[in-house]
Amino acid sequence: MSLNLDQVERIARLAHIEISPAEAAQTRDRLNDILGLIEQLQAVDTAGIEPMAHAVDASQRLREDQPTETDRRSAFQAIAPETEAGLYLVPRVIE
Amino acid sequence: MTIAHMESSLKDLAAALSSKAISSVELTTLFLDRIDHLNPKLNAFITLDRRQTLSMASAADARRAAGRSNDCGPLLGIPLAHKDIYCTQGWLTTCGSKILSNFVSPYDAHVVELLKKAGMVTLGKCNMDEFAMGSSNETSYYGPVKNPWDIRRVPGGSSGGSAAAVAARLAPAATGTDTGGSIRQPAAMCGMTGIKPTYGVVSRYGMIAFASSLDQGGPIAKSAEDCALLLNAMAGFDNRDSTSLDRPAEDYTRDLSQPLDGIRIGLPKEFFGTGMADDVRAAIDASLAEYGRLGARIVEVSLPNSGLSVPAYYVIAPAEASSNLARFDGVRYGYRAPDYLDLADMYRKTRAQGFGAEVKRRILIGTYVLSHGYYDAYYLQAQKIRRLIANDFREAFRHCDVIAGPTAPNVAFKIGAKSEDPVQMYLSDIYTIPASLAGLPCMSVPCGFGAGNMPVGLQLIGNYFDEARMLNLAHRYQQVTDWHSRMPEGL
Repeated sequence: MSLNLDQVERIARLAHIEISPAEAAQTRDRLNDILGLIEQLQAVDTAGIEPMAHAVDASQRLREDQPTETDRRSAFQAIAPETEAGLYLVPRVIE
Repeated sequence: MTIAHMESSLKDLAAALSSKAISSVELTTLFLDRIDHLNPKLNAFITLDRRQTLSMASAADARRAAGRSNDCGPLLGIPLAHKDIYCTQGWLTTCGSKILSNFVSPYDAHVVELLKKAGMVTLGKCNMDEFAMGSSNETSYYGPVKNPWDIRRVPGGSSGGSAAAVAARLAPAATGTDTGGSIRQPAAMCGMTGIKPTYGVVSRYGMIAFASSLDQGGPIAKSAEDCALLLNAMAGFDNRDSTSLDRPAEDYTRDLSQPLDGIRIGLPKEFFGTGMADDVRAAIDASLAEYGRLGARIVEVSLPNSGLSVPAYYVIAPAEASSNLARFDGVRYGYRAPDYLDLADMYRKTRAQGFGAEVKRRILIGTYVLSHGYYDAYYLQAQKIRRLIANDFREAFRHCDVIAGPTAPNVAFKIGAKSEDPVQMYLSDIYTIPASLAGLPCMSVPCGFGAGNMPVGLQLIGNYFDEARMLNLAHRYQQVTDWHSRMPEGL
């Protein structure tokens, strides 16, 4: 399996990363090098093997449905690129 | 700085502080001055803040003066450097990335909280590969770290700044994190001792996430004894990390001096094939002979699927990274691109400008292997192979107590030698990734010098929660050798 420029463009769109036409070909080549490395996994027989999602098989803990965090909005917003009246500002999305 | 303090073990520093032979402010100042002198050459630190550092040191001195014995633990007043992946309240926390180049953390990581509580003094934030993605420290937005043993060479990565700082005696010890070898490999390349505990022992809260099912924190220091003392303070259950393990506290120093008679050291035959350089092999063989003299028995074991570790890792780690790094969007914190057309364009430009080439590659690979139609073929298949690799270890530990082999196939390479070829770089982690996938505790112990008089590391891999025994093996070896206490000359 190797990627063409259209596929690289599609993946970059999914990942929300702009790739300039100048870097597209090199990006494709490097990604194909990496895919070449991982391709060998396809040949392995894994019938009947359970996927291992975590190093230590442990289930998620449950807790009481009670607030655990204090309100630190001003501390968090102090480091945001743009805020107003306690809100995070982004470019207008609805006209 | 007096050589004595620079070279001292944590235990000796604790004794000097406790007897009031030196104050924390004095000790900390010695290290800060040495950093000022040598960091321009090594680039091991991204952020220094003398005012905050010295205020922590005077607080430690005040705590000692107040003299409540339960408040004066063995680490009180000892300075320490943090890898810049750990969130430190009021300090710049960049993770080696432009996208966090303005991020002053509003909170502390659990590890940072615990070490603060123990009274340790933060010397500064160590350079690292961007988002811990790299094996040479060359992917940092802040430039490469130089190996103190030869400044033309890399220190390893991703905790390269931490390893270089301790090797150059800019800090008595440092924190690191290990996803596929990022504590062990730089420790090996800089002649340091570093340990990654069993997955789940150290909380990941406030440790900026790369691959959540693999990331684990641990110390880099000058000896196994120092690592054990630090791990005592760093380990512990934390509700805020969903994979933190709720287990009774352990004293990792408890078995350091146990005799090694009859201990079975397993050598995976797959680790001793053609991949290992001759100079590394010579040092590893000599260290195994030393273990024989200490009473250990060497047995051969096999990890038949370990050759699949690197490809499985380069599916799993990028997949998790692509998800974790989705949060960097220029909205709530960090860098935002200056010019854009609309919201989607702001995301794309912010991420294009904020992430470096290697981070982007891994996000793209991760996005691809998780995308519709490929999930089963790549991601699920890699997770099944991960199980096969973990099962190999399970079988091997039926025949041995600890596994040993090289940490890295070569000594530290020259800066620039592999940076244009990601796949070659990935293969530097061929011996460290298997234990990461299995979640086993593992460490690197200095065991000699190879080409160019560069350090070689012996990797030890323990069974789950067998950190104390691994540290025992490392400590006994360090009692009869001095590789771990050698210091680079001519800095």
